[in-house]
Amino acid sequence: MADKSIAFVRTEMLPQQAPPASQSGVIKWVRENLFPDVLNSILTLVALYFIYKIVAGAWPWLSNGIWTTSSLAECREILDGATGGCFSVLTERWNQLLFGFTYPTEEYWRPTLAFVLLFVAAAPLLFAMYVPRQVLYFTALYPFLAYWLIWGGTILIPIVAIAGFVVGYLAFTRVERQSFAMGLLAAVVAAALTWWIGGFVSGALSGFVALPEVPSRDIGGFMLNFILGVVCVSLSLPLGIVLALGRQSDMPIIRIICVVFIEFIRGVPLITLLFVANVVLAYFLPPGTNFDLILRVIIMITLFSAAYIAEVIRGGLAALPRGQYEAADSLGLDYAQSMRLIIMPQALKISIPGIVNVAVGLFKDTTLVSVISMFDLVGMIRGPILASTEWNGVYWELWGFAILMFFPICYGISQYSQWLERQLATDHR
Amino acid sequence: MSTLSDPPAESFQLSQLLNDTRYRSYTFQFIALILLILAMAWLGYNLAQNLAAAGLNISYEFLGEPAGYDINQRLIEYDSQSTHWRAAIVGVLNTLLVAVLGCFMATVIGVVVGVLRLSKNWLVSKIMAIYVEIFRNVPVLIWILIIMAVFVAILPQPRDFRGDDPAASMVLDLFAFTGRGFYLPRPYFTVEWASGGTGWLVVLAVLVGSFFGARALAKWATATQEATGQRPTTWYFTLGIWFVPLAFVLLVMGLAWDIPALKGFNFQGGIFMRNSLIALTFALAIYTAAFIAENVRAGILAISKGQTEAAASLGLRPNRIMNLVILPQALRVIIPPLISQYLNLTKNSSLAIAVGYMDLTGTLGGITLNQTGRAIEAVLLLMLFYLTISLSISFIMNIYNNSVKLKER
Repeated sequence: MADKSIAFVRTEMLPQQAPPASQSGVIKWVRENLFPDVLNSILTLVALYFIYKIVAGAWPWLSNGIWTTSSLAECREILDGATGGCFSVLTERWNQLLFGFTYPTEEYWRPTLAFVLLFVAAAPLLFAMYVPRQVLYFTALYPFLAYWLIWGGTILIPIVAIAGFVVGYLAFTRVERQSFAMGLLAAVVAAALTWWIGGFVSGALSGFVALPEVPSRDIGGFMLNFILGVVCVSLSLPLGIVLALGRQSDMPIIRIICVVFIEFIRGVPLITLLFVANVVLAYFLPPGTNFDLILRVIIMITLFSAAYIAEVIRGGLAALPRGQYEAADSLGLDYAQSMRLIIMPQALKISIPGIVNVAVGLFKDTTLVSVISMFDLVGMIRGPILASTEWNGVYWELWGFAILMFFPICYGISQYSQWLERQLATDHR
Repeated sequence: MSTLSDPPAESFQLSQLLNDTRYRSYTFQFIALILLILAMAWLGYNLAQNLAAAGLNISYEFLGEPAGYDINQRLIEYDSQSTHWRAAIVGVLNTLLVAVLGCFMATVIGVVVGVLRLSKNWLVSKIMAIYVEIFRNVPVLIWILIIMAVFVAILPQPRDFRGDDPAASMVLDLFAFTGRGFYLPRPYFTVEWASGGTGWLVVLAVLVGSFFGARALAKWATATQEATGQRPTTWYFTLGIWFVPLAFVLLVMGLAWDIPALKGFNFQGGIFMRNSLIALTFALAIYTAAFIAENVRAGILAISKGQTEAAASLGLRPNRIMNLVILPQALRVIIPPLISQYLNLTKNSSLAIAVGYMDLTGTLGGITLNQTGRAIEAVLLLMLFYLTISLSISFIMNIYNNSVKLKER
């Protein structure tokens, strides 16, 4: 009977078929990601048109770019009506854009060297797990070295400054046993004494191993942005920690002082603080004192970002479970010890993304100094370069250059912070 | 266990002020207070000395004197004979104008970009990511200056609108977009009693009335739904409540439009928005929108998928899921950073000085300061204004945060 049945049972497997063309490879990806439905297809087409417009506009501008003329008029002559960028403004004025227009040309190697060394100095802080700890000694020396390289003068000034810190530290370690506060006081007194004595020495021997001095008003261009950014971030971090601790303190008077300071600074725009640095601060200093604008601006920007960093760190402190504070207390640690050993390492870790955001914001905000007529990168572009007869009207090239300077640094820092966050993530999620 | 005798009387020693944690905090606070007072006294003393040396004093009398300069973008009447105080008020209004316009634009752009960045469309989400990264990582001052330059360079000048075969023409014969600024039609009232400010007060009153009317209607609809299970269809009523009284009032007061027209070398009539206002608002908006987009994205991602699924399993329709489940939770995450972005935008609007827009920093902190030399007074007033805005907004934000906080037990 079996051979009469019309039932058919296949005894061997069919070879596997390739999936249909629409379900694999590029086509599938395009269908799913670019044209899944009507609305998305329209969006994709609009986006493609948009990209086409940008490329079509930018490409001739880039490829026809002129790099070798000495004024915009010559550029226009060569281009003869065709589209094209006049990048010669960059080749001719690059030094002004980077260093400002009065920094002596033969000394350019100094800030450049300081810039390169910055990476060496920053490496052990940024990539602590890959760089030997000994480099940290260089990091500690770097601020003084960089000051000497950029501003010049006798090497005795940075040496005296270092000596002050060393003496202060030694005094601190001697007295710390008694009390943390006493140690701090001793350190401050010892350091001040050293600087006071050292001031006479370096004043007397002003020619000793000296680089040519460059006054602060000659510093400009992107270098100024960079100096302000690096200095103010480094200074505002410790100040921000102190303010955050003060705001969390049990002592009402200290808390009130910190709260008022933080809320005041956060409530006003940076530009008003720069006005203060520019025109008001002099009224509040002893008659006859005259310290330079860069220093005043550094003080104001540091105070500004310290308030923001304090708020970020306060968030980190608040996010720590109460148990951590109690555990530190139950170990018998005093306030300074528990903060240094238990609380701060964890709170700072939590606050890293916020601190980096503040740092990036601060670096961007350094362009505001152009409003109080300092010649940073933006100030250079708006002032001496766009106002000159040769380059009046070269907007795109110059602003493009400014974007090219700021974007990689800010983007790089925020990418770094995300990487660091992943590195430090110790919880298992 | 109880003590039978009194504890030994404590003898207070001076060293306890430093070593005993009970007293040490008093010592520190006392020292801090003394230092603060000393610092204040030192600064005050220096100030007095410096002012005496310069023959100055602290006085706000200069606010009553004629300003002597002109302001080219203003919301209220002002001329060069007006006082410095009037100039400062014009500046305040200009700051608020930029802030409100900027916040509105930034929210719209930011929400759209934030949602599109989560889109399944690869190309669109990548473009939005690039937009966000580029705008977030370049200083806002650079954006303001770039956009100002672009506005002046790309848009036609008023003279291009002249002649028989003009290089540029007005849009719909109503709007003129020029490199000098935008000219828009201006509504006004022809009926006599409404032609001053009264007409706009009436319009405002009607709108407020409509708002409460619409609210009452929504309440009634909810009550009906709770009683019968059926929600009555109300959208056309709502539309009517909003527009019928408004249209009636506008008709009664004789609404007419003052349309800008080319006269000589420039446009006359209508509302004129100067190029610096447009460029500043636009730059602040797209810069802040990049941050808002990130907040919106984070807010939406913060709502776990389970919420959507739970709502769906209850049988809710997709739009109800969005309105009743996702949005209320996402907004709780989005609103606080959104408001601090608004604050940032308001503070960044002080960069108006870079493009010559006369906001408060440009009038009081700029020309008034330079003309009168009253640096301390002017900067103090300037800070006070921004501080007031910031503190009142953060006060409102705190109230809001408390009202939407998760009620936990």
